[in-house]
Amino acid sequence: MKMTGAEILLECLKREGVKHIFGYPGGVVLNIFDHLYDNKDLKLILTRHEQGAVHAADGYARASGRPGVALVTSGPGATNTVTGIATAFMDSVPVIVFSGQVPTMLIGNDAFQEADIVGITRPCTKYNYLVKDVNDLARIIREAFHIATTGRPGPVLIDLPKDVTVAKGDFIWPEHVKIRSYNPTYEGNKWMIKQAAIEISKSKKPVILAGGGVISSGGHKELKELAELTSIPVTMTLMGLGSFPGTHPLSMGMPGMHGTYYANMAIQQSDLLIAVGARFDDRVTGKVDAFAPDARIVHIDIDPTSIRKNVRVDIPIVGDVKLVLREMLKVLKEDVKEQWEQVRKAWLKQINAWKKERPLSYKYDENVIKPQFVVEKLYEITKGDAIITTEVGQNQMWAAQFYKYDKPRTLLSSGGLGTMGYGFPAAIGAQLAFPDRLVIDIAGDGSIQMNIQELATAVINKLPVKVAILNNHYLGMVRQWQELFFKERYSYSNLDVVPDFVKVAEAYGAKGFRATKPGEVEGIIREAIKTKGPVFMDFIVDWKEKVFPMVSAGAPIDQMIFGDEKKEEKKKEEKVRIVT
Amino acid sequence: MRHTISVLVENKFGVLSRVSGLFSGRGFNIESLSVGETIDPKISLMTIVTSGDDLIIEQITKQLNKLIDVVKVVDFMDMDHVEREMILVKVAPDKRENKEEVLRLAEIFRGRVVDSGPTTYTIEITGDEKKIEAFVELMKPFGIKEFARTGKVAIAREGIKKK
Repeated sequence: MKMTGAEILLECLKREGVKHIFGYPGGVVLNIFDHLYDNKDLKLILTRHEQGAVHAADGYARASGRPGVALVTSGPGATNTVTGIATAFMDSVPVIVFSGQVPTMLIGNDAFQEADIVGITRPCTKYNYLVKDVNDLARIIREAFHIATTGRPGPVLIDLPKDVTVAKGDFIWPEHVKIRSYNPTYEGNKWMIKQAAIEISKSKKPVILAGGGVISSGGHKELKELAELTSIPVTMTLMGLGSFPGTHPLSMGMPGMHGTYYANMAIQQSDLLIAVGARFDDRVTGKVDAFAPDARIVHIDIDPTSIRKNVRVDIPIVGDVKLVLREMLKVLKEDVKEQWEQVRKAWLKQINAWKKERPLSYKYDENVIKPQFVVEKLYEITKGDAIITTEVGQNQMWAAQFYKYDKPRTLLSSGGLGTMGYGFPAAIGAQLAFPDRLVIDIAGDGSIQMNIQELATAVINKLPVKVAILNNHYLGMVRQWQELFFKERYSYSNLDVVPDFVKVAEAYGAKGFRATKPGEVEGIIREAIKTKGPVFMDFIVDWKEKVFPMVSAGAPIDQMIFGDEKKEEKKKEEKVRIVT
Repeated sequence: MRHTISVLVENKFGVLSRVSGLFSGRGFNIESLSVGETIDPKISLMTIVTSGDDLIIEQITKQLNKLIDVVKVVDFMDMDHVEREMILVKVAPDKRENKEEVLRLAEIFRGRVVDSGPTTYTIEITGDEKKIEAFVELMKPFGIKEFARTGKVAIAREGIKKK
């Protein structure tokens, strides 16, 4: 059947089950947008910036597990997607970006709004295509969805020259995709899995380190079963939060730079570390040479390049987390009979002692709002049932520390790239995927200003996203580092002019509330949840507050600072004075 | 340590850039790279010479394997293999006896004179790295005007593996 490139594109998207595309029109994609005008199967969500479109597609994908799709024009439209694509790439999110391109005969001629987006995005996509012939289009789109969603997921870009979208070609839908050089390994090596099971049975102080791979493979149930069966405590990376219930007695929360004392101590003293779908980011390991010094390391990951990239690994298992864990459970149940609870008793007791010794905490103040208090209240009021997105910085770390995630796909955060401006458009994407769920973006006043224009997208599409702005008039994490490591020289971290977020919300036709006292926080959160449509909650928080515990960059993860050292030193000094 | 790695790739535009980008993006150096079509016109063979410790080479081969367009990666380190390189050297011997000496040396090295000008000879030499380098060293005193080197190509010896 003969169809134009634009028709083929929309037909392919329909067959891939796509309902929503996030995008922004422009000259060379007008033909596609014209076809979208009266298309009943696909709804285009018009964002106000192409970066917002890709983050929204990313949020949609992370929340739903289905690929997110964005459509933009050539040149600046395409280059504006790069941050979004790189964000999705670093966190392994299946996003498909269609970029318009100048007609094939003009490619390379510095034509108006031309950019070599295939060249630009080559290092930050799982794969990308420049379509030169309309007859290849259906196959390429089918391949792109296959590549984006299988193996280690990732973003794929398809560059569409204008003449390809206009030309007529044969529409042949390939039922099956076969790419001879792309064959991800799903089943883990059985011998290796057996070895890992033996290590588990021998271990006295094991720890599971769960990463985002558990969530993308859907292996959270298997992970819980493994942890419960073998009584192994679990720590989750930022990307892994939600892969294991945060309220579970075996949960130790997040490890690493701003991880919990008990998770870091447990890793450092463990004799076996089972990393599941985690890639040993430097924010997790701290000083690599001093990371888990006495532990044998089992590493399960679908991406062989992640294994032995950063840390030594004793038992590498390449495969899909869910399938590997299933196999491991089978082996553990069949072959190795242990009274796990008894074996782990001393270890779990030690961990509980660490939990009591140094829980996550902050000092409540009745005169000024502590940012941690806002996050705690959000958790309390939502009963942990919201989808939380975050921006990047202090807000992100407090959201990771003080909100408990019991289910996968409930925390959407830019872990790998650390993209300020991610959370709000991602929340819009998540809300579109789940219109009836409560979606909250925990933001900073710096981050929210990076994609604040997407408030229009939320308003016009009646997406009731709630944004909790922890407003301290600073780039908080930058300020924190300057305070701790740069002798309080706050070089350009002070956002002298911060807009009135309540008025900004109102200007866009949304609601805005402000709290300046701790007593107002709960009421405003409840009011915001009750309010239809998007809401900005502007919490004027203690600007001096810092994220603790903290491990300095490059230090071993058990060398944590807690923020109360100065006070303790002072106390010691006072005692000394009394004695003398 | 130095490794010669052969990479079978899809013969499409942009693939060379993906492969070289992989090296540059991770700060790995390519010492030489040669590319050519195979007997199957849809597939090209790249021969890459690079160096690094075991962990770096492991990452390079894993990352190459991960590229969607890469069909097969072979590190010749553990395999008996044949390596060849070709150079074209334009030398300018100034005296008659030097001209004769250049021709004599070319013959010893089984080189061929592929072009001759009023003051120059262009000599083609094929062989392994040591042979090429030895010839270049010998030609230097005669005055090398130009020099073009292909980079290595390599192929495994059938059925023989190093112990």
